[in-house]
Amino acid sequence: MDHAVETTLTVNGTRITRRIAPRVHLVDFLRDELGLTGSHIGCEHGVCGACTVRVNGDIVRGCLMLAVQADGCTVETIEGLSDSKELAPLQQAFHEHNALQCGFCTPGMLMAAQDLVRSGTKPTRDEIRAHISGNYCRCTGYQAIVDAIEATINGKG
Amino acid sequence: MGKAELPLHAPGTKVDRGYIGESVPRPGLQRLLQGRGAFIDDLRFPRLAHVAFFRSPYAHALVKKLDFKAALRAPGVIAVLDGRAVAEYCTPWVAVLAHLKGIKSPPQHAIAIERACWQGEAVAAVVAESRSQAEDAVALIEAEWKELPVVVDMDDALAGRNVIHPDLGDNICFKREHDTGGVDDAFSSAVVVVEETFHFGRHTGVCLEGRAILADYNAGEHSLTVYHATQAPHMMQDIFSRHLNIPEANVRVITKDVGGSFGIKVHVYPDEMATAAISVMLRRPVKFVADRLESFLSDIHAREHKAKVRLACSKEGDILAFDLDDVTAIGPYSVYPRTSGIEGNQVVNLTGGPYKHQKYRAKMHVVFTNKNVTCQYRAVGHPIAVALTEGIVDIAAQKLGMDPAEFRRRNLIADDAYPYTFPSGIKFEKLSHHKTLDLLLQKMDYKALRAEQAELRKQKIYRGIGLASMIEVTNPSPAFYGVGGARISAQDGATLRLEPTGMLTVMCSVTEQGQGTEAIFAQIAASAVGVSLAKVKVITGDTGITPYGGGTWASRGAGIGGEAVLLAGRALRSNMLDVAAAMLKMDKAELDIAGNAVVHKLTTEKKLELAELGRVAYFRPDTLPLDFQSELTVTRHYTPRQYGFTFTNGIQASLLEVDPDSGFVKLLKHWCVEDSGTVINPMLVDEQLRGGVVQGIGAALFEECIYGPDGQLLNGSMADYLVPMAGEMPDIVCAHVETPTMQSQLGAKGVGEAGTAGAPGAIMNAINDALAPLGARVTRMPFTPERILKALKKVD
Repeated sequence: MDHAVETTLTVNGTRITRRIAPRVHLVDFLRDELGLTGSHIGCEHGVCGACTVRVNGDIVRGCLMLAVQADGCTVETIEGLSDSKELAPLQQAFHEHNALQCGFCTPGMLMAAQDLVRSGTKPTRDEIRAHISGNYCRCTGYQAIVDAIEATINGKG
Repeated sequence: MGKAELPLHAPGTKVDRGYIGESVPRPGLQRLLQGRGAFIDDLRFPRLAHVAFFRSPYAHALVKKLDFKAALRAPGVIAVLDGRAVAEYCTPWVAVLAHLKGIKSPPQHAIAIERACWQGEAVAAVVAESRSQAEDAVALIEAEWKELPVVVDMDDALAGRNVIHPDLGDNICFKREHDTGGVDDAFSSAVVVVEETFHFGRHTGVCLEGRAILADYNAGEHSLTVYHATQAPHMMQDIFSRHLNIPEANVRVITKDVGGSFGIKVHVYPDEMATAAISVMLRRPVKFVADRLESFLSDIHAREHKAKVRLACSKEGDILAFDLDDVTAIGPYSVYPRTSGIEGNQVVNLTGGPYKHQKYRAKMHVVFTNKNVTCQYRAVGHPIAVALTEGIVDIAAQKLGMDPAEFRRRNLIADDAYPYTFPSGIKFEKLSHHKTLDLLLQKMDYKALRAEQAELRKQKIYRGIGLASMIEVTNPSPAFYGVGGARISAQDGATLRLEPTGMLTVMCSVTEQGQGTEAIFAQIAASAVGVSLAKVKVITGDTGITPYGGGTWASRGAGIGGEAVLLAGRALRSNMLDVAAAMLKMDKAELDIAGNAVVHKLTTEKKLELAELGRVAYFRPDTLPLDFQSELTVTRHYTPRQYGFTFTNGIQASLLEVDPDSGFVKLLKHWCVEDSGTVINPMLVDEQLRGGVVQGIGAALFEECIYGPDGQLLNGSMADYLVPMAGEMPDIVCAHVETPTMQSQLGAKGVGEAGTAGAPGAIMNAINDALAPLGARVTRMPFTPERILKALKKVD
């Protein structure tokens, strides 16, 4: 920890300054240092999408970004977007369609889905499937997730 | 009639089924939707230590020397331990069962001593203040190895040139033969005989949450609390108690949120046992969460079968006999406590299962190899039995020139033939093959699809339609494990408590892993008692709180746990009416409960709010008759015993397109018609089916743990091991036939594994249907583009 770097970032609207070891990934920092355990760790090599968070408005893999790289950044997590109600329509649609089973992929899936929702486009089902193809879900088979996202975008969430 | 008295499965009766059959969304999901769940890795404990394992880089090697000096000096390290040190706190186990006659396996330790038998087997543990410090120190362990001969191929294992465990004499863990007699005669008299050998790749569960355990030993009371991502908390309580020598009642297993299980999390894992032992040794909480790379090396794998199957058929198209020879390779140990003999055993039990032939012969060998262990994973044996049965059935139909659907209709056991004993010895209470086939063909518009297929072929577009009928083991009785000596409960229990405000707390021994167990228990409890769903709170996954029971496996939660909830609900309702009768000074027979109130049975006039009943029963029992004591907590248990298993049936169909130039398969649509008895929540049942189908599609098209000739896993990461993602998956149409089991009041059969059981066979048949005009056939799962191009002789 001798090489820790002072890092200042805004997480879910709160400005935070910490000394962080350069090797700590953003998702480990969020979970272990800030206790924001909603962002999950599934593969730690950027494939599964469970750790998806939003940095400066773009969704990123929390396991492929170092926490020190977030210096000066605005980070939003599932907890923040739940409290702000930004995710409420998607969350309601996921609930009604049973678009989650074990719920482990769900925070990352919602972050990815919301990225599509707020793009303002009217994607087809195939386009929805393509957009969430970086998020692995072993439980649902994806159809209910596609249904929920489609319903939200069409205002039926 | 009140909601609670409903004879739920009485044919033809019109009854108010309460919430049974309603697609209500699962209560309590907002927690998971907001990222506020409680998975093991989310828990925070003071003095928590983290363990990481030093795993063998070789598939088979003697550990000549382990040097921990550098690791012990690393920052944050608390202890570095070898197998002998951990063995002082944890006794070894041998995974055999008495009813699998002749099964054998060597003793297995929590951490291997002297010898590693697969790449990834743990040979040392590092305990540190953080996981990263533990991993850093693992890299500093120096080991000297002596490599031993490696057995990776199942035929080599069977031949036994190198015996992995010399004390056992050979590499055969278990073998079984079954013969009705008359098979050779049937084949010699048959007009049509077909034969094929099918290969099934080894794959694994890839639960998004890695295996996870946090063990917290309290030296002051010699007690162990284990937060464990497991499907079977009571089984694990027994295991921890016996192998760590802690009295059973001092062991509490708590299962909070579990990030997927699918059979992966129902077994005893050496590294998890080591974690618990280390907690006892160090007298502090210790956590282990498998990362993705070690999950591939140490989560159980499954399948890996090579099965030769022959089918004899008359010229009219009547199946006369099946003849099976199956070999399956399970790694170096049978897995504790369920054994690794069950999957092969299931293949023998189930092959040919939907059909009415009377002659059947099977031979099956389970062999040891130097790869990671295999054991029961979602649908255990069914995907093998279904695919090789349905594969050979299609080949027979093709040879006869019959339509595959018509060939099935001719041979499926008639819907009025039950109860029925299949030639493998298994018994069916009541199945509905013909109803499900008819419904499937209607849902998919089979004739139109065939016409479209023929039209497209003229344009060199190769579409395939594949069918797969199946039978499925659900609601197992003690015949599955208990009779073999396994301390695994086939019974489950439910406790229902009326709270003073009129709310209902349900505590059940079946666990929730995302399938919706808690939701359906709430539906059943609310319906049986007569309260609204919002009044019910369900607690599962805590051996300190719930009744004793088996947990979640073998498609048993709804059928067994659900029945226990129903029985407890009816008993509680009766007790509540006793209180009401005493309060109202009325005859109990005149009263009923509906809509959170006691009502007059005939007029449905509201007589008493349940909140008032609760207030009086708990706080003013002095106002009740002196000889009356209310009992508003009730426990009931249920074990299915009449049949060994409550079989279900179903049929799936796949529509896909094969590109003969690239070998790529595009899935267009999938249908699944299932008879799982009483459907409690249609939405949840459909979602179980869809998730299961996609898991089966993964097995058919993508997933394989590929080993090199030296026993090294070559694709142990999510970048290399492919899983189904949203982009490639089709929409899946589900439909149901409901034939309730008459063994229980609820009538529910299991459904959790059906999708996975049937999908690989349907996909295989669809690919082969597409390839048929090109004269090619694939038989080796997964059906990668390379394998399809090889079958088309476009690549070597």
